[in-house]
Amino acid sequence: MAKPKVAFFDFAGCEGDQLQVANLEEELLDLLGQVEVVTFREVMKEKSDNYDIAFVEGSCTRLQDEERLKQIRKNAKLVVAIGSCATIGGINSLRNDKDLDDVRKAVYGEDARLFDSYAARPIDAVIPVDAYVHGCPITKEEFLSVVKALLLGKKPDIPTYPVCVECKKNENVCAFERGQFCVGPVTRAGCNSCCVNEGTICWGCRGLVDNPNENAHKEVLIKYGLTVDDAINKFKLYFGWQERKR
Amino acid sequence: MMKDRNFDINVHHVTRVEGHGNIYVNVRKGTVEKCEWNISEAPRFFEAMVVGRTWRELHHITSRICGICSIGHTLASLRATEAAMGITISEQDLKLRKIALHAENMQSHILHIGFLVLPDLMGVGSVIPVASSNPEEVKTVLSLHRLANEMSNLLCGRTTHPQRLIPGGFSKIPTMKELIALRERLKASVPDLQKVAELFKTLAPKLPDFTRETEFIGLTKPDEYALYDGDLGSTDTGTAPVAEYLSFTNEYIVPWSTAKRAKHSRDSYMVGALARLNLNYDKLSPLAKQTAELFDLKPVCHNPFMNSIAQLVEVVHNVEDSIRLIDELEAAGLQRQPDYNNPEIKVKAGRGIGAVEVPRGLLFHDYTYNEKGVCTKANCVIPTNQNHGNIELDLKALLPKILNKKEKEIELNLEMLVRAYDPCISCSTHAVKVNFV
Repeated sequence: MAKPKVAFFDFAGCEGDQLQVANLEEELLDLLGQVEVVTFREVMKEKSDNYDIAFVEGSCTRLQDEERLKQIRKNAKLVVAIGSCATIGGINSLRNDKDLDDVRKAVYGEDARLFDSYAARPIDAVIPVDAYVHGCPITKEEFLSVVKALLLGKKPDIPTYPVCVECKKNENVCAFERGQFCVGPVTRAGCNSCCVNEGTICWGCRGLVDNPNENAHKEVLIKYGLTVDDAINKFKLYFGWQERKR
Repeated sequence: MMKDRNFDINVHHVTRVEGHGNIYVNVRKGTVEKCEWNISEAPRFFEAMVVGRTWRELHHITSRICGICSIGHTLASLRATEAAMGITISEQDLKLRKIALHAENMQSHILHIGFLVLPDLMGVGSVIPVASSNPEEVKTVLSLHRLANEMSNLLCGRTTHPQRLIPGGFSKIPTMKELIALRERLKASVPDLQKVAELFKTLAPKLPDFTRETEFIGLTKPDEYALYDGDLGSTDTGTAPVAEYLSFTNEYIVPWSTAKRAKHSRDSYMVGALARLNLNYDKLSPLAKQTAELFDLKPVCHNPFMNSIAQLVEVVHNVEDSIRLIDELEAAGLQRQPDYNNPEIKVKAGRGIGAVEVPRGLLFHDYTYNEKGVCTKANCVIPTNQNHGNIELDLKALLPKILNKKEKEIELNLEMLVRAYDPCISCSTHAVKVNFV
């Protein structure tokens, strides 16, 4: 059987997720035994429009990017969104609650109308997406497990419970007990509560869990001492696009 | 024959660089009519995005400007916030941050020279065929890259978008045992580095012998190879305090590109490993100096292709200096800190500038906070933006010298030149201004 052909593409983002793929190092060589990489601009000169799986990093932030995405969808059998910018809009959606006309004018001056830039959005706001690798950045382990599932024709196993479940299992002291604020109760798990394990808080990079109780959690944030604005801001850091859609 | 030559080169999305950049060339009757370096990356508006956000989040947000130099962005961000609020960090945290910066510099440089530059010197399109033709060398590069990543993991809790680096210090620090284990691995990596240096020594004749005099700018310090902090230094005008950075960077806009550019005493200047080496050669660690001598690399070197060799020299310095820093931490005795460390910070209004040398050169973050610690204004000046002007002037100077070559070879040489700068285009379009003229 011919090796499946894979391609990597990036839109508005930091390319940190493709870096995690490069960071697979020796495992990347093993992976190359299973698939053929035909397009990966960050590391190779060759490119091709003939591929089976497209990995897409970054958000869609302008109309001209929609055309590129639609072409990728047409060429690929499977489209996989990698990293928060692609899966949920990510940090890029922070700009969405600013008056976009003001932002554009501030940046482009008189020529603002010539520049096509709209609310930053995840890939599935433009084209259907078959699988997601969440996180900012993605982890090598989750990337490999999603790739393995896809190669076996299975649906990748992505948690549908919040980060708190993993955090409790790891016996972390709750951020709220330490006088800090966290969005772990409404954020999709799968990261093994990595940020809290490292002594900080959950920022929400994997996006809202299925059926989150956002309002209840905002009330908790306020009860523990955040102002209403700060509580809303906590959600906007990563959930901007998802909240807008809900 | 040259006089009859007409051709166009349009390298749309230069490969093996971070982000989307294009080279456009028109040659008519043997004369260069157009030679442009153009950036088409989507704008990201970071400076607008952070306004209204609190001091606790700024480093988390601005880290996302770039996945490859996220530790550098985080440190520049923290230093700006700490300067604005008058926060000082302990000697121990300072040393640990310096090791974190070394780790990222190693990771980024090894990725660049081993994965992105090496294929050009071997005449192939990517590192994938090199893995078959030279498996031992590729394994050596991979193991060095892995070591650098594990070092970032140990200091920052992650290789990309660090978690442990916070205003006032660290949320968690490694144990002395972990640091000693790291030191042993760093020592063991020296023969590997020598192998890589020897490999590049055999390939170095393939680096074009091209020079164009320019200005080099970077941080400088009297007593160390400046990376984490220092004064501004220029090979043309000497030193100046960081507070005067805007008079160094003088950002401006060209109509054919979506990223800002910079100039100081000449039409353009260069930042990055070669600039640092040119400014601070005497402060390189002993083995790093030996490596520079192997390539006859001495200040002031005006060949931009030697930037990749300067990166190799810096990796050796990063390793040796990290070993020295761990020795010092051990001698002083590592002070433990509380779990989930969250330094008490007295929030106040003010402006602060953080200048840090990151893999691709000098990076500035400049924030203004109100009395609640909410950011009201931000400016970030990115290394690659400072280099765009120099890249284009180098392309314009190189092209007439290679017009007698085949078109494909010309294209490759121009691409190699862009790649030598290790440009980071996502970074450089963090904020874009475009004017039509």
